[in-house]
Amino acid sequence: MTDAAKDPCAHCEEMMQPYLDHILTEAEVVEAEAHLDECDWCRRRYRFEESLRVYVRQVVTEPMPAALKQKLAALRIPLN
Amino acid sequence: MAEDATRIATEARDRVRFEEEALALADQVYRVARHLSNSREDAEELVQETYARAFRSWRSYTPGTNLRAWLLRILTNLNIDRGRRSQRAPQTQALEANDYYLYDKLAADSGGGQPADEERVVERLSQDDIVSALATVPHDFRDVIVLVDIGDFSYQDAAQILDIPIGTVMSRLHRGRRILKRELADSVLEDVT
Repeated sequence: MTDAAKDPCAHCEEMMQPYLDHILTEAEVVEAEAHLDECDWCRRRYRFEESLRVYVRQVVTEPMPAALKQKLAALRIPLN
Repeated sequence: MAEDATRIATEARDRVRFEEEALALADQVYRVARHLSNSREDAEELVQETYARAFRSWRSYTPGTNLRAWLLRILTNLNIDRGRRSQRAPQTQALEANDYYLYDKLAADSGGGQPADEERVVERLSQDDIVSALATVPHDFRDVIVLVDIGDFSYQDAAQILDIPIGTVMSRLHRGRRILKRELADSVLEDVT
């Protein structure tokens, strides 16, 4: 008996990151989507992961201080 | 003589173009630097050193290649050279949980019922929760998360910047995200108690 047959949700959990990273093979994508179509439990967790990635990226982004921008421009090597 | 003048003019034009292209990427470079280094001050200093070095060695950049990755390669090398990487959380102690762990904790925290909207569940995590959880992820894993998930670099670029195989980028990314989620779950539990 394969892992997927023993515990399809655990197997789906294993496939979540590679699925969202688009690095699964075509056959694996079909397998993951077949399970997600019938499993609301996993589907919620996939949706959460997607939202989490977007959210993390949004909240950790700090604008560069304006003073730093000026300091960088001042590092340019003057033309002779 | 005229040839010399032309050569000098061409070089000056190429250099100005390089500097302008590099400066246009400064926001993106800073975004990555901010989470590769330990503090805002370190990040600012690191970005300045990176640009100073980039402007000095602009001739070693091949036009048409990925300038953002080239700048980040300088930055990560400087960061390692100067020993600015966070030393906390040695890798052997990094705790990772399964991929569903964080969602399960947040769902349990909401009273055990199924939360209606997954997009809203993430908002239970504050900006502080996320920034401090990210800072506790050991640097080998954090570097990859910061480059790929925050800096939007490809696996290939991240592999070149960090000088590690692409398979290592992928495995560190997957483990690093699990460590991050574990840290987030722990911080949410602490908030409750």
